[in-house]
Amino acid sequence: MSTPQEIFELPPASVETPDVVGAGGGQAPEALSRGRLILRRFLRRKSGVIGVCVLVAIFALAFIGPHLTHWKYDDFDQSNILAGPSGDHFFGVDEVGRDVYARTLRGLQKSLFIGLFSAIITTAIAAVAGSLAGYFGRFIDTTIVWIIDLLLVLPSFLILAILSPLLGGKTWWWLVILLAIFSWMITARVIRGMTLSLREREYVSAARFMGVPPLTIIRRHLLPNMASILIVDVTINVGVTVLAETGLSFFGFGVQPPDVSLGSVLGSAQGLATTYPHVFLFGGGLLIALVLSVSVIGDALRDAIDPSSGSSKL
Amino acid sequence: MTTVEPTPLLQVSDLTVSFRSESGAVNAVRGVSYTVQAGETLAIVGESGSGKSVSSLAVMGLLPASATVTGLIRFKGQDLLSLNDKRLSKLRGSGISMVFQDPLSALTPVYTIGDQIAEAVRIHQHVTKAQAAERAVELLDVVGIPNPKLRAAAFPHEFSGGMRQRAMIAMAIANDPDLIIADEPTTALDVTIQAQILEVLKKAKEVTNAATVLITHDLGVVAGFADRVMVMYAGKAVEAATVDDIFYAPRMPYTMGLLGSIPRMDVEEKQPLIPIEGTPPSLLNLPAGCPFAPRCPIVVEQCRTIEPSLDPTDRSEHFAACHRSLEIGQRNWKPADVYARPVIPQDAIAAIPREDRPVVLELEDLHRSFPIRKGTVIRRTVGAVRAVDGVSLEVREGETLGLVGESGCGKTTTIMEIMNLLKPEQGRIVVLGNDTNGLSADSRRRMRRDISIVFQDPMASLDPRMPIGDILAEPMWVQKYSNAKIRERTGELLKMVGLSPEHASRYPAEFSGGQRQRIGIARALALDPKLVVLDEPVSALDVSIQAGVINLLDELKARMGLSYLFVAHDLSVVRHIADRVAVMYLGRVVEVGTSKDIFDRPSHPYTQALLSAIPLPDPEKERSRERILLRGDLPSPSDIPSGCRFSSRCFVFAEQLDAEQRNKCKEQDPGLYPMADGHHAACHFATVREVV
Repeated sequence: MSTPQEIFELPPASVETPDVVGAGGGQAPEALSRGRLILRRFLRRKSGVIGVCVLVAIFALAFIGPHLTHWKYDDFDQSNILAGPSGDHFFGVDEVGRDVYARTLRGLQKSLFIGLFSAIITTAIAAVAGSLAGYFGRFIDTTIVWIIDLLLVLPSFLILAILSPLLGGKTWWWLVILLAIFSWMITARVIRGMTLSLREREYVSAARFMGVPPLTIIRRHLLPNMASILIVDVTINVGVTVLAETGLSFFGFGVQPPDVSLGSVLGSAQGLATTYPHVFLFGGGLLIALVLSVSVIGDALRDAIDPSSGSSKL
Repeated sequence: MTTVEPTPLLQVSDLTVSFRSESGAVNAVRGVSYTVQAGETLAIVGESGSGKSVSSLAVMGLLPASATVTGLIRFKGQDLLSLNDKRLSKLRGSGISMVFQDPLSALTPVYTIGDQIAEAVRIHQHVTKAQAAERAVELLDVVGIPNPKLRAAAFPHEFSGGMRQRAMIAMAIANDPDLIIADEPTTALDVTIQAQILEVLKKAKEVTNAATVLITHDLGVVAGFADRVMVMYAGKAVEAATVDDIFYAPRMPYTMGLLGSIPRMDVEEKQPLIPIEGTPPSLLNLPAGCPFAPRCPIVVEQCRTIEPSLDPTDRSEHFAACHRSLEIGQRNWKPADVYARPVIPQDAIAAIPREDRPVVLELEDLHRSFPIRKGTVIRRTVGAVRAVDGVSLEVREGETLGLVGESGCGKTTTIMEIMNLLKPEQGRIVVLGNDTNGLSADSRRRMRRDISIVFQDPMASLDPRMPIGDILAEPMWVQKYSNAKIRERTGELLKMVGLSPEHASRYPAEFSGGQRQRIGIARALALDPKLVVLDEPVSALDVSIQAGVINLLDELKARMGLSYLFVAHDLSVVRHIADRVAVMYLGRVVEVGTSKDIFDRPSHPYTQALLSAIPLPDPEKERSRERILLRGDLPSPSDIPSGCRFSSRCFVFAEQLDAEQRNKCKEQDPGLYPMADGHHAACHFATVREVV
């Protein structure tokens, strides 16, 4: 027994019957490419557009915001310890006299980069490794699975903790890369499994029989069909890496003081959250807004890419 | 309907079923009434989405909770819709039982077949476990499972598809039901197995004397099996009559169209099929009027405004839902009068004798085997599945070669080997004079221009994430066409297969099955190939759609001078499209010849059995036909019988040969012996036998 959607065919798109499907008004008869179609369908989703606006606002705040105040993130204002938000200190002052506004924004900059980049790098590694292993099989598969298993058994936190003072002291880029290297394995296994089933599909065979090169097949047919899981993975990873970085920073392994990240701002403000909420609230709120907007964008993007989702039928 | 007879066994009146969906209510069944008398067989025929399955599931009370059912269903005078699930369960199995389409998912994989049948017995009868187990073995014997005692202890995965369906039937008759509902019981099976199962169903009917409701889309099956037929379209019964009336005096244009569009094996010459234009309507927002009106060739103004009801016609016990049914009767219109037979342009190349045309594809002694490995740490090869075991074929320009055989005979492996264009394990593949052995990557890519493929499943063969335009452009990208040329060609291709260029920006999911198959064909033709391999291109489509696609293929072939390698299990389709036919059995071609040779003068026993197993959509012929029933299932290709590979199932071997002749079959592998000019059969004792 199939669901009603499967039983009933779509209305015929013949010449006589004005078709219901493509009633996008007087659109150009010329074929739209996939990229244009996805953009159009993405713009149709309100939540996605709002997500983009919020993310842009957060970026703007993180990079333009620091210029609106004369306080630097490592300045001390001993006379106003734990003072609430005011015209001078927008978000107030923390327990040692640092301006919360300047620190939060500085941290936000770091976290934005660390979160977004390591999430993207993580998923990219997973997608490439997983689909290569699944599509080619044999030697490549064995090697990649072996690497995955090896990385899975290594205690990643310990290695990060050991390595980050050595490298992380110099530049936080190392942190991004290290975070990515230790978190792609599970996704890669999922992608590998999906590739194994997708490569048996007739459209993949069709592409092979047309002479499409293997890497192009992976890029054009396999990855787009796994796009939903990849996009969801990126959005989850943004949250996870921001938190992982927070954890590392909390223990002093991540972003090194006097530099700050959203994680270390929250970490140091933890104890005061209930008594002096202004120290904690703004950082926490921004973190939530950041993760939320990324997931909403991911959601909308997935719907735009997946033709069977609702927005294609509008 | 008339109610002169005593209370019918099953009475369904004004049944409606609707499903809630996001875009509104889907009215799957819209007022269906029928009766089933004790002991009779009613066939409900319709295409996918016509509501035939849904209406029967409603009788069983097996619809999901999202369905709203109204109307009246009386079984032996008892109103089924008012019963709760518990009381309905008492009836299911003992009063009404059901045989499902897919026997694999209908059986629980973790219990043995015997236990599952015994369970069905114990639910409705008060017997001990031992008695129930004994009854299960008895039932398996009734449905013709060899060694029933032993096989009762087997699990479903150890049974073949045909055997599973037998087990399902055994379960259905376990409690002597009064009504058996069989929902497409043979659709998932091969023809020779289908013939066996239909025999079993007939036997089951005799044993239990139950009435049967057969739900199917295959008019051939109906012709030989049913007493009465009800044709459904868009959730309504559009015609109901005795089986002979439906086939010989249809009164509704849709039934006529169905009869015209089924490819028939018993026609003399290759001729175009009569397709029904358009596609079935969506049941979401049905417009007023007759739902068939947009596709009907004899539509009148009245049809577009008033929906006709199922009314009596000029013949007794014959009902049709058409405003013009009386007129059809008076004028004695036949399907050919109502529908115009399309004219397919003559193939210019057909004038040249076959021998003078160049060879497009040549296979010589092609082999392909897959090793069977065992062991987890040290993997060793313990045997091989010899999927293709010495196939030689030849396709010449402008010719359609039909490659037929049951599932597992190696036809798909053969075409995969061809499409890979690699050096085969053994033997040679020559495409347009170029041997695939020792091709450079670049010349292989160039060769791919000349050979393309259309797949079976129109859902799976188009990338769901790509707009149609990109799908069609892909082969041209590979061959490095310029963007302007690709755009031009895409529009051209869409027009060629009967779609419009605006469709290029839509995704495959927005098209119906038939349209998607047309897109698949357009993609295959993008590079002006010489040879198109068609892998069961119509088997996933409804008959009315199938005819249009077959005609399109025929027309394109004539227009573009193509050659086809047409792989199919449905021999009637092959008769309509193929010039030559090769029959495969267990990785080998057992008979090859012109279409006329194969269908009119089949010489190999397997071909004969295959042909005789195909039901004809003609009740009279069907009743007078004698079936050659093959024993058992296809042997495993990892364990091919010695000598003649067909000897284990051959009826000639079993019934007509003496010991010495049998020895010859057992010991010598027959080669393809010539029967007539261009007609070969791999049998030591080949004799022509007419079976159609």
